[in-house]
Amino acid sequence: MTKKAFLVLEDGSIYPGESFGYEGEAYGEIVFNTSMTGYQEILTDPSYTGQIVVPTYPLLGNYGITSSDIESSQIQVSGFVVRQYCEEPSHTEVTGTINEYLTSQEIVGISEIDTRAVTRKIRSKGVMMGVITVNISPEQALQQLKNKPSYDEQNFVQKVTTNERYQWTESGLGYDHIADNLRILVSDYGLKYNILRILKGKGCDVEVFPSSATSNDLLAQNPDGILLSPGPGDPELLDHLVTTTEDILGKVPVMGICLGNQILAKSLGAKTYKLKFGHRGANHPVKDTASGRIYITAQNHGYSIDPESLPSDVTVTHISMNDYTVEGIRHRSLPALSIQYHSEASPGPKDNEYIFDDFIEMVKETK
Amino acid sequence: MTEKPKRILVIGSGPIVIGQAAEFDYAGTQACKSLREEGVETILVNSNPATIMTDEDVADFVYIEPLTVPVITRIIEREQPDALLPTLGGQTGLNLAVELAEAGVLEKYGVQLLGSSVDSIKKAEDRQLFRELLTDIGEPTPPSFVVNSYEEATEAKNTIGLPVVIRPAYTLGGTGGGIAKDDDDFIEIVKSGLSASPIHQVLVEKSIVGWKELEYEVMRDGSDNCITICNMENIDPMGVHTGDSIVVAPSQTLSDNEYQMLRTASLKIIRKLGIEGGCNVQFALAPGNVVAETLPDAGRIGPSYYVIEVNPRVSRSSALASKATGYPIARVAAKVAIGMTLDEIQNAVTQRTVAAFEPALDYCVVKIPRWPFDKFPSGERTLGTQMKATGEVMAIDRTFEAAFQKAVRSLEITNRSIEWEDPSWFSNEESVLNNLPIYPNDQRLWALLAGLRRNVSPDELSRRTGIDPWFTRSFSRIIAMERTIESNDLSYDLLRKAKRLGFTDQRIGELVNQSAKDIRKLRKRLNIKPVYKMVDTCAAEFEAQTPYFYSTYETENEAEPLQGKRALVLGSGPIRIGQGIEFDYCSVHAAWALQEEGVKSILVNSNPETVSTDFDTSDRLYFEPLDEESIFDIIDNERLATDPEQDGNPPSIVQFGGQTAINLSQNLAKESMPILGSTAHTIDVASDRHLFEEFLRGINIPNPPGGSVSNIEEALQVANEIKYPVLVRPSYVLGGRAMEIVQTPEELQRYMGDALEAGEGRKVLIDKYFVGKEVEVDAVCDGESVLIPGIMEHVERAGVHSGDSMAIYPGLTLTKQEIATITDYTTRIGRSLNIKGLMNIQYVIVGGNTYRSPGSITEGISEYEKTEVFVIEVNPRSSRTIPFISKMTGVPMVNLAVKAMLGKKLTGMGYGTGLFPAPEIVGVKAPVFSMSKLTGVDTYLGPEMKSTGEVMGIDYNFESAISKALIAANLRLPEKGSILLSISDEDKKQSDRLIQNLVDAGYDLFATEGTASLISELGEKVVAIPKRLNEGHPNVVDIIVNGTVNAVVNTITGNGSAVQDGFHIRRAAVEKRIPCFTSIDTATAAAESLTSEGPNYNVKSMLEYIRTPQGESHNAK
Repeated sequence: MTKKAFLVLEDGSIYPGESFGYEGEAYGEIVFNTSMTGYQEILTDPSYTGQIVVPTYPLLGNYGITSSDIESSQIQVSGFVVRQYCEEPSHTEVTGTINEYLTSQEIVGISEIDTRAVTRKIRSKGVMMGVITVNISPEQALQQLKNKPSYDEQNFVQKVTTNERYQWTESGLGYDHIADNLRILVSDYGLKYNILRILKGKGCDVEVFPSSATSNDLLAQNPDGILLSPGPGDPELLDHLVTTTEDILGKVPVMGICLGNQILAKSLGAKTYKLKFGHRGANHPVKDTASGRIYITAQNHGYSIDPESLPSDVTVTHISMNDYTVEGIRHRSLPALSIQYHSEASPGPKDNEYIFDDFIEMVKETK
Repeated sequence: MTEKPKRILVIGSGPIVIGQAAEFDYAGTQACKSLREEGVETILVNSNPATIMTDEDVADFVYIEPLTVPVITRIIEREQPDALLPTLGGQTGLNLAVELAEAGVLEKYGVQLLGSSVDSIKKAEDRQLFRELLTDIGEPTPPSFVVNSYEEATEAKNTIGLPVVIRPAYTLGGTGGGIAKDDDDFIEIVKSGLSASPIHQVLVEKSIVGWKELEYEVMRDGSDNCITICNMENIDPMGVHTGDSIVVAPSQTLSDNEYQMLRTASLKIIRKLGIEGGCNVQFALAPGNVVAETLPDAGRIGPSYYVIEVNPRVSRSSALASKATGYPIARVAAKVAIGMTLDEIQNAVTQRTVAAFEPALDYCVVKIPRWPFDKFPSGERTLGTQMKATGEVMAIDRTFEAAFQKAVRSLEITNRSIEWEDPSWFSNEESVLNNLPIYPNDQRLWALLAGLRRNVSPDELSRRTGIDPWFTRSFSRIIAMERTIESNDLSYDLLRKAKRLGFTDQRIGELVNQSAKDIRKLRKRLNIKPVYKMVDTCAAEFEAQTPYFYSTYETENEAEPLQGKRALVLGSGPIRIGQGIEFDYCSVHAAWALQEEGVKSILVNSNPETVSTDFDTSDRLYFEPLDEESIFDIIDNERLATDPEQDGNPPSIVQFGGQTAINLSQNLAKESMPILGSTAHTIDVASDRHLFEEFLRGINIPNPPGGSVSNIEEALQVANEIKYPVLVRPSYVLGGRAMEIVQTPEELQRYMGDALEAGEGRKVLIDKYFVGKEVEVDAVCDGESVLIPGIMEHVERAGVHSGDSMAIYPGLTLTKQEIATITDYTTRIGRSLNIKGLMNIQYVIVGGNTYRSPGSITEGISEYEKTEVFVIEVNPRSSRTIPFISKMTGVPMVNLAVKAMLGKKLTGMGYGTGLFPAPEIVGVKAPVFSMSKLTGVDTYLGPEMKSTGEVMGIDYNFESAISKALIAANLRLPEKGSILLSISDEDKKQSDRLIQNLVDAGYDLFATEGTASLISELGEKVVAIPKRLNEGHPNVVDIIVNGTVNAVVNTITGNGSAVQDGFHIRRAAVEKRIPCFTSIDTATAAAESLTSEGPNYNVKSMLEYIRTPQGESHNAK
């Protein structure tokens, strides 16, 4: 018999459901994601650290868990809120169920939730903190929640970054070998493996560094290019990353993705701000301002660059067609470009891998 | 694109046939509206009058004319459009565009082709070119060969190895194709495929039967922006036509990797084809391991997917994708076709984002096809690559199980809800699995559930069917819940769980021995009621303005009751034989008329193909099954039964949706729901044999004698009194289902046996069958006065179902006396029955000649003077002929009917009362059949309706109008040729005129023995084909198959039991795709229009016909 569980939001709303995954309490910022596939990639995306993710698609775990659909070494979300999960997945590569997966990694989930109602709440009131509770009453959980640090106060990057630098060896399939062993360092703020797979697949020599690596550490490697990875949390708390980036700008070509984009922007003097409920999904239209072309992108971010604050030597290369926020920038003279969305997809449309080609091109030109 | 076009010709898809249904009315209507928004003038041509798109106010110029190259050339010549949009009229529209281009017409008149170029159409449609294109961009296709002869096909088969799939080029719904598992299949299918293909080309392809089948709907604009609207997964694996598959959206069993792999491939293909607009790509994907075990090679060697097919146009799947996602594909495709980019087009649903995005679903959608085998029990039920469904239903919910159960409810198959099982499946208890029809057929879903109920494991079913275990396991959860309900107390938790899995009150009641009403009461007491969620394209990410909702058992309700004056319009459900697009047409007009009167319209329907389920047709759309439970829930949600009156208008319910809606409203009325229009009592009087007879007697109007009976003895007695032949039918059915003309007591006994078994305790009606002229009237009544827009006469005598008859308006051969009588009867019936709204009456005129020539009415009408008019039936509802008669007369019948229902009087509406003056034009409505798609079905015309669609021919005289109707229905006799006549003894007396007309037109006559001697007696030349089927060669079927004759007339006497030879003659003609007439009357009328110099007709817009008197412009070309 399944246990009762509750999702309790900071504003006091309570959604009764059933326990799923690990039985316990999970605290975090409640965010929704509109992707219809790719739940395992989402669960293992370090950018969701500190967040309880609500997939808007109601049926989760249909194709089970596989050994290949992972974006980091473990589940990263704080909690998972679903309408229905599948106990009998069907897929050729399936190694287990989503329920077993969450349970084994002690991640608290809740099912039988009107996730659309939760989504509408977040859409209208903005993201807020919440708790999934199985063992204590919703009232107690709400009380506990008030004593927890808010999402915006926490430095998650230091939790999720790699402790040691490492070489990446797994190669993504089906890519043209265009990079010819260019040496690319990836600053790990909470990266997704697929970034590494793509770079490796295109022929780069890829090495990952902890976020604590200083500019000297990085420059000492004599890299051809540095990629600032995506990651969780408010860039306001990450001044040291901004400083590091300032130091390498102009010396080595830099590409930023997501949090990396915000760090790059800040190092160029811009400001960031928090979005009401973020962009999370696999269907976000982005316009390339140079070509006028629209690309469908995967997105996962809660903060954005304030376009007013961008210095004049930075161009906005991409904008969101949903809310016209900044989705990509490029420096007019320095070799630095970045995007707010996820060109590595996984999950999401693979239309934007060309950004890696742009980066490789930039690296080659600079070399 | 050089310049934005200013005048665009839009080609519709013609009559509803299997494979091309209402979805193109929906697409065309949306496109015309969309083009208008951009200030573009539209010229629309379609031969199907039962469409919204052919309404006066949808396009700027509407032509209801046959869809042929000569006709469209004349339209282009007259209207001088600067562009042609061919991608919204289905395969018909696309093929015509190619033909027009190839005939040099487009170039001659400087008409630009929008959407798809001829080159892309060919690359997508021609198998060889398509394969080359895919190879070029590195997309995998199953090994295959394009062949043009039987010999080449055999060679290909030998290289690939059986099984192989045979696909004819350029055909609708896969007509003529199939899967060959052995050499016998192979020979048959290749031959039928080559003959079905207009270019005699088929593809012989490696069979990937058993693989998963996926579809992607994609869109591209002129700046090369590409998006995916929706992907869909067929529950039935490869091997069943996608139109005959149960489909779920979005895909359920694909990982993100697989989803994106196929998405990327789709976008590559649409880019390579250079389509500007919508496109549909079909894939086969290697099955999961449970199914793969059963296949020799399921993707373990070679690619994990293959591209199967592309439709370079808006398709049936696009309609489904539009309704499933809320994304209006046709609207956007039309704007893209005139050069707009996706980011310039607003998302009409959110009204704040742009069309350049990919819809996110936060629900699950299930589509189930609606097959016609309840009408054609003798038809071949096996499903394959040739589509057989006439329509489909769609259901939305938050779980697959619930959406699936709702979709089954939406099918509206009598006595076949989710628990239905055929007792014959269990005649042999030993081998449940071997007896169950789990091969692809229309009953498979029930068979699967029946197996699960008997402990067959879901994985075993998957191994045997190729259906992914994700689906069979979901079905088994439904069965598990059945057991839980049976064996537990119905607690709050259990009841809520059952409702969340889609169980109906009815089904739960059955499982716990209570009535649906009891369960409903219990639910109310426990406060378990559905909420309504919005289909908003964006999974609630943005606030949306759309009024499109579905029910689900969740916590938050998004559909707050509409305020103010409002009314519920009950739709007509899936397109099926007997209840077609005409009723959707009526529902849409009802919604619009309500709005005109300041009443908000709330529409309920389950059919994704229709205009009525477009997001902007009504003020609010509930995409729900049309059954009592869902309607009661909607009534509760909208507080229709409890809200006070607003300015004298109580919230209310109207119905124009055919029998579905009638039956529903009857039951709603019993619960004192606020039904507008004719009362339940009126409906009862019209439908109850006894009450009806008493009513007619009371107002002194005659009807054929008869009675209503509930057992065999009563039946025999009534028949004996009124004398055979008699017409028998169950009460409360539409489309003449199970209606027969019975000649003997033995036949009657057989009929009664079947009818009582199937009849749910409903009575059987027995009437004297009169051979006579059938006349049909549609009228509007306000309770006091009656407006008769028109009287139609049928070409075929009574006994042929009115839906299958050719109808002529105005009734050309009716005498003044007959017209006066009919007008008088209609008026009195309407008034005395206190009808508010629409009414359809069928009359039979007895006496005089049974065939009256509409072409030569001058022959003296006085010969008919001694005739008598009988009322056959009165239907206090909308009818199939409403669109036809509304278009012919310009009287907006539904609009007036709604106003009458709301209490307005006809006298103030501007169309007068009594018989509306007939304009100086003639319209002929001709039925269209889909018989070539339905093997095993006899095609003869009888009391049971068989046609799937209709066309209309309009002109200033009968010959021209019927010529056009016949051309549009594909029944036009060639100018010269050979015809086979096999005429029943009964009809021989009346075949002189037919034979004379054929001889005059220079036809070579072939005939069966008796008919040949008749012709010889008339002194005409004839080739007798004395051999019957089993008597060697050449026999009657041979000369059809080998192409000796170009048409067939084969009539049978009134009774339903078809002679075997006749059946084979008719099937052969259908499969050879040559005109086949089974009523002597149709044949005679068709022959009347034969002239040596070919058909002679006008091509004009509807407004011109209606407004320009004949004298001014009767200059046929």
